Amino acid sequence: MAHPSTPQPYKYTLAERLYLPLLSGMWVTLRHFIGNVFGRRKSYTIQYPEERRGYSPRFRGHHILTSRPDGSLRCVACFLCATACPAECIHIEAGEHPDVNIEKYPVVYDIDMLRCVFCGYCVDACPEEAIIMSNNYDMAFFDRASSIVTKDELQKPFTYDPAQLGYRPRYPEEDAQRAQAREQVRAGTLDLVAEARRRHGEAQDTSAASAS
Amino acid sequence: MPTATIPALPLLEDYPEGSVLPVEGADQPTWIVRREVLSRLALELRDNPETQFDLMLDLCGVDYPDRDERFEAVYHLYSLPRGERLRLKVPLTEADPVLPSLIDVWSACDWFEREAWDMFGIRFEGHPNLRRLLTHEAFQGHPLRKDYDPARRWILTEDKIYRPDPQPPGGDTDDDIFERMTINIGPSHPAMHGTFRVVACLDGEIIVASEVEIGYLHRCFEKMSETHTWQQVIPYTDRLNYCSSFINNVAYCRGVEQLLGIEPPPKAVWARTILSEFSRIMDHCVCNGTTLVDTGALTNFWYMFQPREEIYGLLEACCGARLTVSACRIGGLLQELPPDFEARCRNLLETIPAFISDVDKLITKNRIWLDRSVGVAAISGEEAVNRGWTGPCLRAAGVAYDVRKAHPYDLYDTVDFEVPVFQGGDVNDRFRVRMAEIEQSLSIIRQLLDRGMPEGGFIVDDPHVALPPKEDAYTQMEAMIYHFKLIMDGIQVPPGELYSMVEGANGELGFYIISDGSGKPYRIKVRPPCFPLMATFSRLMNGGTLSDAIATLGGLNVIAGELER
Ligand code: SF4
Ligand code: SF4
Repeated sequence: MAHPSTPQPYKYTLAERLYLPLLSGMWVTLRHFIGNVFGRRKSYTIQYPEERRGYSPRFRGHHILTSRPDGSLRCVACFLCATACPAECIHIEAGEHPDVNIEKYPVVYDIDMLRCVFCGYCVDACPEEAIIMSNNYDMAFFDRASSIVTKDELQKPFTYDPAQLGYRPRYPEEDAQRAQAREQVRAGTLDLVAEARRRHGEAQDTSAASAS
Repeated sequence: MPTATIPALPLLEDYPEGSVLPVEGADQPTWIVRREVLSRLALELRDNPETQFDLMLDLCGVDYPDRDERFEAVYHLYSLPRGERLRLKVPLTEADPVLPSLIDVWSACDWFEREAWDMFGIRFEGHPNLRRLLTHEAFQGHPLRKDYDPARRWILTEDKIYRPDPQPPGGDTDDDIFERMTINIGPSHPAMHGTFRVVACLDGEIIVASEVEIGYLHRCFEKMSETHTWQQVIPYTDRLNYCSSFINNVAYCRGVEQLLGIEPPPKAVWARTILSEFSRIMDHCVCNGTTLVDTGALTNFWYMFQPREEIYGLLEACCGARLTVSACRIGGLLQELPPDFEARCRNLLETIPAFISDVDKLITKNRIWLDRSVGVAAISGEEAVNRGWTGPCLRAAGVAYDVRKAHPYDLYDTVDFEVPVFQGGDVNDRFRVRMAEIEQSLSIIRQLLDRGMPEGGFIVDDPHVALPPKEDAYTQMEAMIYHFKLIMDGIQVPPGELYSMVEGANGELGFYIISDGSGKPYRIKVRPPCFPLMATFSRLMNGGTLSDAIATLGGLNVIAGELER
């Protein structure tokens, strides 16, 4: 097999010479223009920060240190997260816990958000479910020092509101959905293709409604 | 690990005893070659009709400080007509790390040799311009040598900066000399798609000579991966070609899986294939979109970025991040697929074609675009192969090489698809190849979805490789121990080496992985598909106008993250 030794460029057709296909191109932009003006098209632009993108419950955002019912941190300062972290951005100092049943607790637990690559390895590594992620991505700092987030700040945003949680080991609501869908497909009451069409139609309807 | 048979090639008989030694049990045919016969052997390998190794895929160094012959230069060759691979290893001593340059055999060696010099201090005799490539001029030492301290920093001072001054061959004899002007573009320039620097000598509007400088985004991925566990390398691979980071994840994980001798479960393979194809679509959208912006067709950029936005949404639903996905794990995927995975994929299959066809109607037959792109930066298939090109740019020059067809992996041998080929080798055909590949990718995804999601787990059920389910780790002692062990020590990959390749969005994306069994990679070399493309950029620019150069760079789809690692 010899490779082609000279390039053979594209040959224009007569219509192309006469610039005729430009007309269909103009129709495309005109269609989009009309669609946009009268709001029949889904717009992909988001008016951030008034409007915000919806993320999945798996979003890897700002970390959260979870608490025990008494409000203390679940973390037992085992250093697994710091070991797993590829960016080496978790800094922990362990201390003896007053409760003899719990061996240790973190005296210092800092994450350098400027080094963090939001890979979620710390969440995977934690044996206590003490660190999870939220779907908060609003992280802006005026100086480097404030990019180092301490354990108090990491504990603060913790809520049990699933709408604000991100990457974590368990998703009970997803599991329920999955089980339900599987049941329906098996029973023949859910057609995935039709479902996709329906969802897409809905997405267009809502955006049209919100635009008009 | 797959082992390869050694081809009994007749040509070996002519070489002195012991100068070419086949290695048994390697993943692909491997020869250890003495450097004295390298030039002759290389030429013969390329030209002998029995071998025809016309494509030099990769050249890299490896450092074994304990050996007498400390360095090894490793060539990965490929024969397009025969579909065979060959690895040549040339051992070199520390005192005399010199090799003949193979630029005359494969022009692709140009930048690869400069990189090997930069990283390992292997000198290539006869190389016309053996300067550092990825590090800067004030850098001392060779960073990928094992005894180089990764924390060492070198500061580039003003007086040491290299100032390129390209001059056309023939010197100053031309009458037009007074009209010549040298301009500098980049490293931070919107048209440079990242951080490249081009210094061009212009005669009027025509570029008569040019020089390309890279390395501004070099972060020594390969050195970093030597100090991390196998799992921890995955987030780094995201940052190679960040337009299609999922494909990098797959390429790396496949390599390690082969070394470990494990197979990811069918569901993971199925999802990897689908998401790789979506990533390819996204990458092609970005490339074509930005090429068109660079030529003044801004509207298409918006149309092309809308499918990308949707695909990002899908990836985020699968793994929690849009750009740097880290969605694969060695042995499978990071998490179970979301419950609406199939519905979302179907949805995408319905929405994407509309945008693609809009761009198609606007551009493909548009004479304004054709005038800007037909015949611009044209390269023949022959030359492209010699320069080490792969991927869409090579297929635009009439050579139908696609790893997915030639060496099918994952599910590619079970789906029907075509490899689009065009003959022009110019900016227009690079654009058309990518448009056609988007169609093919959509068809692959459709076929896989029609097959339905395979049952089963998303990652191998092997506690030495995959973390046990969290529930078990919380409650069962055994799972807990495995969990600790895997996090603290990482995956234990048996000693061995392997070159694993996938079809990246830009061409053959290879990972040459060496393990010494220590729990960390001994050496990882990425074969970045855009490296040979960028090495050719200067040649493509010369003789064209400055505006053509900008369109050319867009069409090559060079990604700094992958180019400079
Ligand atoms: S998300 Fe990744 S980089 Fe960030 S702290 Fe966790 S392990 Fe480290
Ligand atoms: S967050 Fe989890 S993994 Fe990290 S130290 Fe605390 S208990 Fe260990």
